[in-house]
Amino acid sequence: MQAVFFFVVAAFTVATALLVVTRPNIVHSAVALIFSFCGVAGIYVLLDAEFLGAVQVLIYVGGITILLLFAIMLTTRIATRVDVFNEQMGLSALIAGGITAILVYASLTGIQIAGEAPAPVETTPALGRLLMTTHVLPFELISILLLAAMVGAIILARREKE
Amino acid sequence: MMGFLLAAVFKIALVMGLVLLAVAYLTLLERKVIGDIQVRFGPSRVGPFGLLQPIADGIKLLFKEDIVPTNADRFIFIFAPAVSFIPALIVFAVIPFGPSFVITDINVGLLYVFAVGSLGVYGIVLAGWASNSKYSLLGGLRSAAQMVSYELSLGLSVLGVVMMTGSLSLVDIVEAQGGNWYGIFPKWNVIPQFLGFVIFMISSNAELNRAPFDLPEAETELVAGFHTEYSSMKFAMFFLAEYANMIAVSALATTLFLGGWQGPLLPPVVWFLLKVFGFIFLFIWVRATLPRFRYDQLMGFGWKVLLPLALANVMFTAAAILILA
Repeated sequence: MQAVFFFVVAAFTVATALLVVTRPNIVHSAVALIFSFCGVAGIYVLLDAEFLGAVQVLIYVGGITILLLFAIMLTTRIATRVDVFNEQMGLSALIAGGITAILVYASLTGIQIAGEAPAPVETTPALGRLLMTTHVLPFELISILLLAAMVGAIILARREKE
Repeated sequence: MMGFLLAAVFKIALVMGLVLLAVAYLTLLERKVIGDIQVRFGPSRVGPFGLLQPIADGIKLLFKEDIVPTNADRFIFIFAPAVSFIPALIVFAVIPFGPSFVITDINVGLLYVFAVGSLGVYGIVLAGWASNSKYSLLGGLRSAAQMVSYELSLGLSVLGVVMMTGSLSLVDIVEAQGGNWYGIFPKWNVIPQFLGFVIFMISSNAELNRAPFDLPEAETELVAGFHTEYSSMKFAMFFLAEYANMIAVSALATTLFLGGWQGPLLPPVVWFLLKVFGFIFLFIWVRATLPRFRYDQLMGFGWKVLLPLALANVMFTAAAILILA
């Protein structure tokens, strides 16, 4: 049952991801990206990581893609058609194919990429505790990085007012 | 397995049916209440007290000509109303209507509600873009900025409740609000989290795009905003979405701050529906009473007043929990 769901969701994610890179209309690409992110969230949920799944939708779909669309609408002319296939197509296909081959090889030969700890029953409290104890330093560092990015954005936006 | 599936399908059908029926009659309620506040009668010709008005409206909308503008992006134009409507309905999957009546209790219920709720904005933005019209695009852009800004305050306003309960499951949140303080005050979150409650109500009103936050469809400036080019059932879908969202937000406010189905004497489901009705009435009342914000006022209020207040509320709640524990 779970395997059936996995293949359906995985096929959906890959198909929409292909649409993202092949659509000539950039807004259509963004819409396909929404579905691709939702598919990834579905895979997280199938792996019993509900928290990650919900956060994936909340941040990537609800936050990042909407800002992306916002930027597209403010900058490009409506119905602009971009040529998505340029001379670097062969090179990028080679790199993407190579990475895929490595990943397929790794998963077939059973190389351990991450430790196989049993997943906790309730991931949310466990994640919260880990973030505030073992991983508090990286957590705070990321917070400071994001704060710096925010301050930088505000300074860039306000510069002309001097 | 089969029994579980059947029960789930039955519950979903029941909730969907009730929500859609309620949405239809909310349009009548809104027109009647606003009519009364403005010393008018509201709809009164179709059936007794205008009770058949929603059915007449529905038939009218179904039979109107369905126009897709020539230069519109056809696929997204058709797709946008559905994107706006579906998230409004699937939020109800985690709302506890009674002690044992919830479609599914997932342990990240509240996050699920916010994740699904954040999808609704796409319907409006894409509709505005796909119409290929100035007014629609401006409405769509306004709504994207507005909804993203107020979503922050909305999310932060409920953190206090989450911290007090120690769970993201809506069922746990309702159950934690049972009983009384000193035998008289119900243990509802609205008392200790009053600031959070006020921020939640204001931000959710903004998320609903209803007056005084209805800038995306401000008639006096933008014709009808993002749905200027829409007609027939696609136009109706945006309205169905708005009303379904209103019910969803009222149900969420009830669950988070007013103890959900908790209450003495009356059956739990009745308590739940009464509280939800109270919130819906409040939303209609606010719409009939307050004028629309100006765009800069809206952004200033969201970022400079609501967001700091919501953050202060989180800090204060955390300190209180630490001291009292």
